[in-house]
Amino acid sequence: MIDALGVPQSVLLLGGTSEIGLAIVDRYLDRRPVRVVLAGRPSERLDSAVARLTARATRVDTVDFDAKDLASQQTALQQSFSAGDIDVAIVAFGVLGDQPAPENDPATAAHLATVNFTAAMNVGIILARAMRRQGHGVIVALSSVAAVRPRHSNFIYGATKAGMDAFYRGLADSLDGSGVDVLVVRAGPVRTRMTAHLPDRPLTSSPEAVAAAVTEAVWRRRTVLWTPRSMRIIAWIIRLLPRRLLRKVP
Amino acid sequence: MTESRMLTGWGRTAPSAARVITGADDEALIAAVLGAGPRGLLARGSGRAYGDVAQNAGGVIVDMTRRARIVSWDARQGVVTVESGVTLDRLLRTVVPAGWCLPVIPGTGHVTVGGAIAADVHGKNHGSQGGFGAHVLAFDLLTGNGSVRTATPGSEVFQATVGGMGLTGVVLRATLRLIPVTTAWVRVTRQRAGRLDSVLAGLMTADHAVAWLDLSRTGARTGRGVLTLGSPAEPDELPPGTDPLAYAAVRSSPALAVPVSPLFRPQVIGAANSVIYRRAPSVPRSVARPMADYFFPLDRVIAWNRAYGRGGFVQYQFVLPHDAAETLHRVITMLASADRGVSLAVLKRLGPGGSGLLSFPTAGWTLAADLPACTALADRLDRLDRLVAGAGGRVYLAKDARLRPDVLTAMYPKLARFRAVRRALDPAGIFTSDLARRLSL
Repeated sequence: MIDALGVPQSVLLLGGTSEIGLAIVDRYLDRRPVRVVLAGRPSERLDSAVARLTARATRVDTVDFDAKDLASQQTALQQSFSAGDIDVAIVAFGVLGDQPAPENDPATAAHLATVNFTAAMNVGIILARAMRRQGHGVIVALSSVAAVRPRHSNFIYGATKAGMDAFYRGLADSLDGSGVDVLVVRAGPVRTRMTAHLPDRPLTSSPEAVAAAVTEAVWRRRTVLWTPRSMRIIAWIIRLLPRRLLRKVP
Repeated sequence: MTESRMLTGWGRTAPSAARVITGADDEALIAAVLGAGPRGLLARGSGRAYGDVAQNAGGVIVDMTRRARIVSWDARQGVVTVESGVTLDRLLRTVVPAGWCLPVIPGTGHVTVGGAIAADVHGKNHGSQGGFGAHVLAFDLLTGNGSVRTATPGSEVFQATVGGMGLTGVVLRATLRLIPVTTAWVRVTRQRAGRLDSVLAGLMTADHAVAWLDLSRTGARTGRGVLTLGSPAEPDELPPGTDPLAYAAVRSSPALAVPVSPLFRPQVIGAANSVIYRRAPSVPRSVARPMADYFFPLDRVIAWNRAYGRGGFVQYQFVLPHDAAETLHRVITMLASADRGVSLAVLKRLGPGGSGLLSFPTAGWTLAADLPACTALADRLDRLDRLVAGAGGRVYLAKDARLRPDVLTAMYPKLARFRAVRRALDPAGIFTSDLARRLSL
């Protein structure tokens, strides 16, 4: 159960090596020991995440999870719920797919769509069913500001996130009254492994800052979180700009 | 009738969904217990417990409030048998005009008899009368295998159920012992006390005693308060022309439901506290008041919990042994500096504990502090849990919505016995709650 002040007993991270995801888990562990399930492909990075969390968590389990392999996800999620209720499930897997590669290669674009959108939707439906049965829980879906405003340097990524973003907002509405909340996190640029090779853009934040905003928004039972908060206003202004002007922005 | 509903406790935090069954007779309840799914079943009364003790996420909740008949009533002996959904207010309306009263009355009349047993509630007179469970002569308990057994004081089932938070089964009916009264009025004496120590001394001077504390001051004035002492009023003290045994229920007005909580800012709370303190008499002043006005001050405003807005509030109620006065000072100081302030703080004296294995009351001082909920409160209350447990005290589970699980066994030394009795009574684990899941009861 998540308690009255937003402290959960168990957290499931799908995309077990996601830096933002792990920052959220850490943020919860700062409060109290929590049971953690990391779902991801077996890797050294996953092992080191387990090793690091074990000292502070009541228990850390791993589950084999491959975002590309849709057929295996039902089983992976069943395993994730086998040790008891999951209070917070974080959907954190995703690929950035630097353009122009996907623009020139439909297979790469389709891969992006499979991981970022189709798998996220597949997982969302399974999670919703499991949590509905529990009568409580929160699904945190890591979307992106690019879902709302794709730039021409990342519009394929943005398109996949837009699909994911719309799905989870709809899921939030469909779960009304079920005890299950959905939080869609529209993060601006965050300094992580995925973006390390890109130059810092204005309003770039850290995984820790995103995690702090997410745990607060989970407690407040919000549906959409913009982080940093100013992103919401910027996105709104940009929507008012003429497209010809927007095209000049990289 | 069954419907899916979102439920919270009185503090309106941490909602969860359950299938709610209302208005069921014994047969339907037995069927519900036997047909309970993997998420179990739990009885719920008026929903006046502050936290998640009467919630059962994904499972079944039996709303007992429609089972509210008075089964039998012996006005000569002062013994009454009621269905467990009867509220204390409703019960008092029946018995007071005949010259009888409940020996233990909590701060609201809206709680049901079943809820009062499950939480083993206490009143302002715990030192002389003990908890609610001490006056229960017997009850019928619907257990996990669908059978109904009658429990009497001294039995393990009785001890596990009184204060057992509904986790041993469903109390269907209960027989209660009453005490005689000559009037339906209470002589209420109020006086302010400038320091916490004088508040504590004042609480020792009467059978019925409670103190409101001002936790908005710093330094030596932290914990100054207003003492309210009560004793039965004699017929000659009443306003002329009143029927001494007429029971007047609290006349209540609705609260403002606000989406945000502009009321509960530290500055507003501080100003309100000053007014309350200054308006209280500096020398003891007595006045006769109708019983309900004295016992149920919280019932004067309907749904006052909504005034806290969407975020809700938590009540932190703990007891510390009398010799832990230093810890009491420390805890009060730490509460007083909470980020969003303490909106209401009430101090009482408790006598020795009763027979309930999970009952809250033990000899000492008990403070109940209402705090507007915010995430920053989590760490502060976790630290307080440690202090309270370390000094031999405990936190009241009927109020709890956030206790750190690792201090539970220190606070409730009879927990192991409770678990054993519960396991024997309900091996399939049908009776469960969000509180039970959260604290692994």
